[in-house]
Amino acid sequence: MQFFLEVLIGGLLSGVMYSFVALGFVLIYKASGVFNFAQGAMVFFAALTFVGILELGVPFWLALVLAFGAMVILGIATERIVLRPLVNQPPIALFMATIGLTFFVEGLAQAMWGASVRGLDLGIQDEPIEWILQATDIGVSKFDLFAAGVAAVLVTALALFFQYTRIGRALRAVADDHQAALSIGIPLQTIWRIVWAVAGFVALVAGLIWGARNGVSFSLTFTALKALPVLILGGFTSVPGAIVGGLIIGSTEKLAEVYLGSYVGGGLDSWFPYVMALAFLLVRPEGLFGEKHIDRV
Amino acid sequence: MLYREAGQFKASYAADQQIFPIRQDRIGIMILLVIAFIAVPMLASEYWLKGILIQFLVFSCAALGLNILTGYAGQLSLGSAAFMAVGAFASYNFMLRIDGMPLLVAFVLGGLAAALVGILFGLPSLRIKGFYLAVATLAAQFFIVWLLTKVSWFSNDSSSGVITAQDMVIFGYKFASPEAKYLLVLSVVSALALMAKNMVRSSVGRAWMAVRDMDVAAEVIGIRIMHTKLLAFAVSSFYCGVAGALYAYAYLGTVEPEGFNLDLSFKILFMIIIGGVGSISGAFLGSAFIVLLPIFLDVIVQDVFAGILPPSIASNLQLMVFGGLIIFFLIVEPHGLARLWQIAKEKLRLWPFPH
Repeated sequence: MQFFLEVLIGGLLSGVMYSFVALGFVLIYKASGVFNFAQGAMVFFAALTFVGILELGVPFWLALVLAFGAMVILGIATERIVLRPLVNQPPIALFMATIGLTFFVEGLAQAMWGASVRGLDLGIQDEPIEWILQATDIGVSKFDLFAAGVAAVLVTALALFFQYTRIGRALRAVADDHQAALSIGIPLQTIWRIVWAVAGFVALVAGLIWGARNGVSFSLTFTALKALPVLILGGFTSVPGAIVGGLIIGSTEKLAEVYLGSYVGGGLDSWFPYVMALAFLLVRPEGLFGEKHIDRV
Repeated sequence: MLYREAGQFKASYAADQQIFPIRQDRIGIMILLVIAFIAVPMLASEYWLKGILIQFLVFSCAALGLNILTGYAGQLSLGSAAFMAVGAFASYNFMLRIDGMPLLVAFVLGGLAAALVGILFGLPSLRIKGFYLAVATLAAQFFIVWLLTKVSWFSNDSSSGVITAQDMVIFGYKFASPEAKYLLVLSVVSALALMAKNMVRSSVGRAWMAVRDMDVAAEVIGIRIMHTKLLAFAVSSFYCGVAGALYAYAYLGTVEPEGFNLDLSFKILFMIIIGGVGSISGAFLGSAFIVLLPIFLDVIVQDVFAGILPPSIASNLQLMVFGGLIIFFLIVEPHGLARLWQIAKEKLRLWPFPH
């Protein structure tokens, strides 16, 4: 039981990390209907930029601000160069464009900062918390808990931002109905820029946390792929869905690897989340919290 | 002036239904086939045949398959490489385990095995649509590659799932030289392309397109959705499966499951996007573009920038140019190279008196 709990908690907490990436997808999909495949590349770009700036001897906070600035520039440039000319194209064209963007951003990041694997130290150790370990004999990583805390803060901040600010209201209006939002004078392109910048910020946070965990390297982009089953599980349009989906995927993935992996020779986690999400979609085709799709002829 | 249909009357149903209704098109395709079957094997160097042309044809076949599924039936799939893997490994096993199995039959059986797997992973498409489906097909991609790696029976207990394709022998003739391999692949792919062209202009193809444009409306006018979608998955996977078998037998010789990774799936998707979604010639044009572009970039980077840039930056620059070109193409011509070709033909029909 104790072992089960430990695996479960570890899985839940690592699921939080998937949620970070999924969150960026959701923000952009909600506001612009673009399935942004480049979110993983943006995570990689953000982490690499941050580490690269840090290596130049810039203090931590300034590096954070500079990396955020780079993400904002990237977001605005994407809106201007990629999205604006593709307005009114079918969603698949936009999706393909973001795959092209993925290649471009990955190349750009490595051309700027080199392709070597780098460590990133946020000053929080990846070790079990003493008093929980003593009291219950369950190891809970300090770092994972920190990541979960950051996620909670981030989601709360985003929720407040969406709920109470003028821009947030405009964002929700655009997410609801592009044309209605346009007709009451909400500038769509400004909104898109803001959304991409916010998604860039989420990518930066995700990049920092993933980077501190696994090192900043090209493999970050593959980890980001894990956000896709999280996304379809939670629904493309739901911020809470991204979090809950992440928790479900993270925990079941770990449990499956530990309890089933030995029977089939391991490596289960490469596909298990997808198959689970697929099985889940058969019951609820729009995900847990996604908007129900109504077909009209 | 030369490309004009004036004076060509369709006097019979057969004439009305032929694939290329304009005589100049028929002549053009004949010339193209003659060049491909006779001139190319005589003139092309071994490097071109082995490295580029066979690869181009194999990918064209896979792109045809994906184009049927995505371009005609409207089901976005990110798992085409996995179906290629199924085709390759199934053909290998049929050849290995059944004595005297003819090569072409093994290819067809490999394709059919891929079709079965395709139907299985196509089942969710009855409930799931759009991007949800695209992500769901990733399940096929990762699961199949994992399964082929883990279950060593598929690769006859070789380490890490590597298979080495048997020699290609048909009626006692061994296809070993690049020219022979090229001609074999060309014949298979031409036959499949002809089949695809005929399929998409028959009632099957029209049903696919109706489902693509609006599946609820298609259902209302009496098209069986399940039947149509699953058929699209089966046919598409069959093409990908045969392409996979050709990839293993004629192009690489030795393959491992990891070779059929997500990158390959994306590559095939790029081919149909750049070539033209929902067109048969687009599959070939896109495949040529995607196969040639990296080679072209390599040459440019090596010749022009070799002295200026360090190699690590040069390879990343290549990545950036590749991504940038894809975005550029989508912006400039979202319907792909096939559409450009079509526009050129429209213009030619009126030239030199456009009014």
